Amino acid sequence: MANNKPPIVVIRNLSKSYTRGIQVVRVLEDISLDIADGEFLALMGPSGSGKSTLLNLVAGIDTADSGRVTVGGVDISGLTETGLARWRALHVGFIFQFYNLIPVLSAFENVELPLLLTGLSRKERHEHVGAALGIVNLGDRMDHYPSELSGGQQQRVAIARALVTDPTILVADEPTGDLDRVSAEDILGLMTRLNCEFGKTIVMVTHDPRAADKAHIVRHLEKGVLDATGKAPL
Amino acid sequence: MQLAKLPFKNALRHKLRTGLTILGITVAILAFGLLRTVVQAWYSGVEGASATRLVTRNAISLIFPLPLSYREKIRQVQGVTSVSYGQWFGGVYITEKNFFPNFAVEAKSYLELYPEFVLPEGERKAFVLDRKACVAGRKVAERFGWKIGDTIVLKGTIFPGDWELVLKGIYSGAQKTTDETQFFFHWDYVNESIRKTMPGMADMVGFYLIGVRDPGQATEVAVAVDSLFKNSLAETLTETERAFQLSFVTMTEAIVAVIQAVSFIIIFIIMAVTANTMAMTARERIGEYAVMKTLGFGGRQIAALVFGESLFISLTGCAIGIALTYPAAAWFGDAMGAFLPVFNVARSTLYMDIAAALVVGLVAAAFPAWRAVTVKIADGLRRIG
Repeated sequence: MANNKPPIVVIRNLSKSYTRGIQVVRVLEDISLDIADGEFLALMGPSGSGKSTLLNLVAGIDTADSGRVTVGGVDISGLTETGLARWRALHVGFIFQFYNLIPVLSAFENVELPLLLTGLSRKERHEHVGAALGIVNLGDRMDHYPSELSGGQQQRVAIARALVTDPTILVADEPTGDLDRVSAEDILGLMTRLNCEFGKTIVMVTHDPRAADKAHIVRHLEKGVLDATGKAPL
Repeated sequence: MQLAKLPFKNALRHKLRTGLTILGITVAILAFGLLRTVVQAWYSGVEGASATRLVTRNAISLIFPLPLSYREKIRQVQGVTSVSYGQWFGGVYITEKNFFPNFAVEAKSYLELYPEFVLPEGERKAFVLDRKACVAGRKVAERFGWKIGDTIVLKGTIFPGDWELVLKGIYSGAQKTTDETQFFFHWDYVNESIRKTMPGMADMVGFYLIGVRDPGQATEVAVAVDSLFKNSLAETLTETERAFQLSFVTMTEAIVAVIQAVSFIIIFIIMAVTANTMAMTARERIGEYAVMKTLGFGGRQIAALVFGESLFISLTGCAIGIALTYPAAAWFGDAMGAFLPVFNVARSTLYMDIAAALVVGLVAAAFPAWRAVTVKIADGLRRIG
């Protein structure tokens, strides 16, 4: 379901390279891309193609050598590290491959974590966390610690944590990469629901064609270069 | 959940490691506190010295006596309010292991000059009136289970013989720093006997104690007293009680310096141990810090987590160490009471304990916090999985 809304993410002439010893490795070369509001975009490509780097740049957790990334009208390329941290807290929900929950915090506390950076009262935080855990169907597991949850349940908690601040975009780096098939389907169903029901813009990096199949648009990266046009899901 | 709770939860992840680190800090704080108390006990005589008392002794050495006749001359020096005198007796009670300081003194004036030796009026009178009477400090009386009326026999080492004394008073210290291990009796009783056995040693005293009206004039009075006996057969050296006590401490200053150095080395060692714990902790959690940064947590908040955990560990160890310092000091004080009569944990020692724990906590966390704050999110996330 492609849409005609204005782009919420605008990437222009983005380049990024790493230095390994004396060798300069160009990871992304002159990438330009628009992602419409409410879009579900999958980024695919072989290992080392630069898709995670592109995702990190969109999420504001890495900085480009050149080019510009604008999200929701904010040019994040020009933000300082502190500014980027504040921006991420309000505008980006990140879903990791390995869930990355804090093991000493309960599901509730993990989801509450990003809200501690907001000015919400304790009561408001509890309401938000309850709602987010309700969306991912884990309202009855909020007191459980990550070690007491399955991989799929942990990823759902991670999605609730990404969702709880009602961010501008959700970015997911191989969200099903560490899950069995059933759990992966469950997570993809949840992400589709977030996109369709709640209108969340999602940018997902994946190797999994089944995951990419859920996206509206699939873009391929090859040696740091984005394919010329978006392709329909496989 | 408050963010402040996270350092506590983090600290309890590896209970054994945290427990052992806390135990190490506890032992270090306990040792540091005891060593500081030993140093303070060493100086307790100096600290307890009065600014209104001077001590006059033979200028050659303390072991040489002074004539009793000096007393009247000293009394006439301007600024002097009272004069007492005494002699180190060096008696042994049953066995040499039962050491405690004992002096033959001029009873009435001695008690007047030492108002910090608090004695019930009845006991004071009984002591002053009975030539064979003696007074013991509370600690020494408790040590040997003495009660008023008991007969105490001291074996003379300087003045041979068995000296029978009757305990007429037990004094308590007016302040915590007052020495409660002293034992004194009448100089007249000793002098009377010496007159018969060693006439050449009679009417001689070991030291004079001089009360001065104005502490600000202590130096002038001391100079005036010493000038009275210049070029005599027994020239005097008069100094403040503090300087007199300090001269004893100075003889053992090297030992005190070593004790002080060791106390700080202990803190340095535990700082290294805690730093190692915190470095391991931060290394293990670098991925989590990267995740928190991704969620929007800033460098200050990440640093606060590392410092908070480190301070929680060091201050917990400090609190337990301080709590144990009191019973340990009481036990140590009892065991060493004869040599370190005033063995109280000073408030300044507690402040130093807390300061040391704060320094340990902050220094130990400095490098791990810097690493956690400066790690790039992408690099940190790569550590996971």
